[in-house]
Amino acid sequence: MVAVFLFYTSSAAFQAERALKDAGLAVKLIPTPRQFSSDCGISLRLDWSEGERAQALLAERGVEHAGLHQM
Amino acid sequence: MIYLDNAATSWPKPPEVLRAMSEFLELAGGNPGRSGHRLSVGAGRIVFGARQAVADLFNADDPSRVVFTLNATYALNLALRGLLRPGDRVVCSGIEHNAVMRPLRALERDGVQLTVVPCAPDGSLDPAELARAVLPGTRLVVLVHASNVTGTILPVGEAAAIAHAAGGLLLVDAAQTAGVLPVDVQALGIDLLAFTGHKGLLGPPGTGGLVIGQRVDTAELEPLARGGTGSQSQRQEQPDDLPDKYESGTPNGVGIAGLAASIRFLTERGVESIRAEETAAARALSEGLAEAPGVTVYGPADMERRTAVVSFTVAGRRVSEIGQRLDEEFDVLSRVGLHCAPAAHQTIGTFPEGTVRLAPGRFTTREEIRRTVEAVREIAKG
Repeated sequence: MVAVFLFYTSSAAFQAERALKDAGLAVKLIPTPRQFSSDCGISLRLDWSEGERAQALLAERGVEHAGLHQM
Repeated sequence: MIYLDNAATSWPKPPEVLRAMSEFLELAGGNPGRSGHRLSVGAGRIVFGARQAVADLFNADDPSRVVFTLNATYALNLALRGLLRPGDRVVCSGIEHNAVMRPLRALERDGVQLTVVPCAPDGSLDPAELARAVLPGTRLVVLVHASNVTGTILPVGEAAAIAHAAGGLLLVDAAQTAGVLPVDVQALGIDLLAFTGHKGLLGPPGTGGLVIGQRVDTAELEPLARGGTGSQSQRQEQPDDLPDKYESGTPNGVGIAGLAASIRFLTERGVESIRAEETAAARALSEGLAEAPGVTVYGPADMERRTAVVSFTVAGRRVSEIGQRLDEEFDVLSRVGLHCAPAAHQTIGTFPEGTVRLAPGRFTTREEIRRTVEAVREIAKG
């Protein structure tokens, strides 16, 4: 199962990518799956098992996201 | 050729800047932040990297509050027009560039109350005089960080304290100081910092931005332009999220890629060590010129209180003639006239004729300074 982070801006998506990659997580920026939202054209995909850790890391770095979804 | 017009735009640029720009067009040519394919993502990553680099350079804590603009002028207009409403009080110094004075004079016609605090003939601003002018309830204090005419550095740290005590904000025009002096927005208390990429930052023209501090409520800062942002596309209203609120339309990705490379170049060498080299060059220039007959050099004598911008006049000579002879006979490129800053020239007593301005940069050599001093002496002789 994969997890997808949504964002309000692409700037936040790139900031999240950098923060999570720096922490050693395997993440990939993807076009936002249409079933979720069209707030921002790109989203961040990662393994569902790392979702919680990723959320904590983003909170710690002050990176705002628009929700974590399962896919 | 001896290029001494770095205060207008720095030249040459580090080769890394040219390489980054060429690579951007060749390898990352997508529209940043608009699509999810690899070229768009690649371009967006470069733009974000630049945003983070700007935040790090100025010690801003949130890269999403770094907004890219065409230049410092656009950033200043965004801050001034976005924040000030009829009836608001704004205070600026007597040596501001027209990038500040023209928007302020237009706002004054719309009912904004403007106070201009005079500076001393060397361009310096007495914080006590500023404090007297900043009445309680003042919305904004606007200061040029360093004059583009005399190089005089203004007391922005004191100005921040004064503005905040009155319940207002401080906007700093860092066109002449970004990449030239260390600028720490948090330590200095700067709420809005407008910068350009193509001067001291050694990047390409068409880059610049506004760094927005946490004291600024962005609900009260209106954008200058509205349009597509690649976000919240279902809405026909401008999003409130940063930086998108202030960045409508396709950004100058190629320029921003160059800016990221130039900031890397500066950071590796250290702004402080570049500052020391430029100060030494300006001192040699200033002292050499002052010894020439009939030459008046403007600005503070103490080099620590100024940037590497040396303005001078020669008694009985037109500045245009001096500039032309420097170029044609001595291969020295300067800038003459009013430098888009009539207020500064009124302050130092050189209005409307202006001055000859020599601005060494990162790549100026001591030999070039020596030859320039010789050239001015030759011209001053007759």
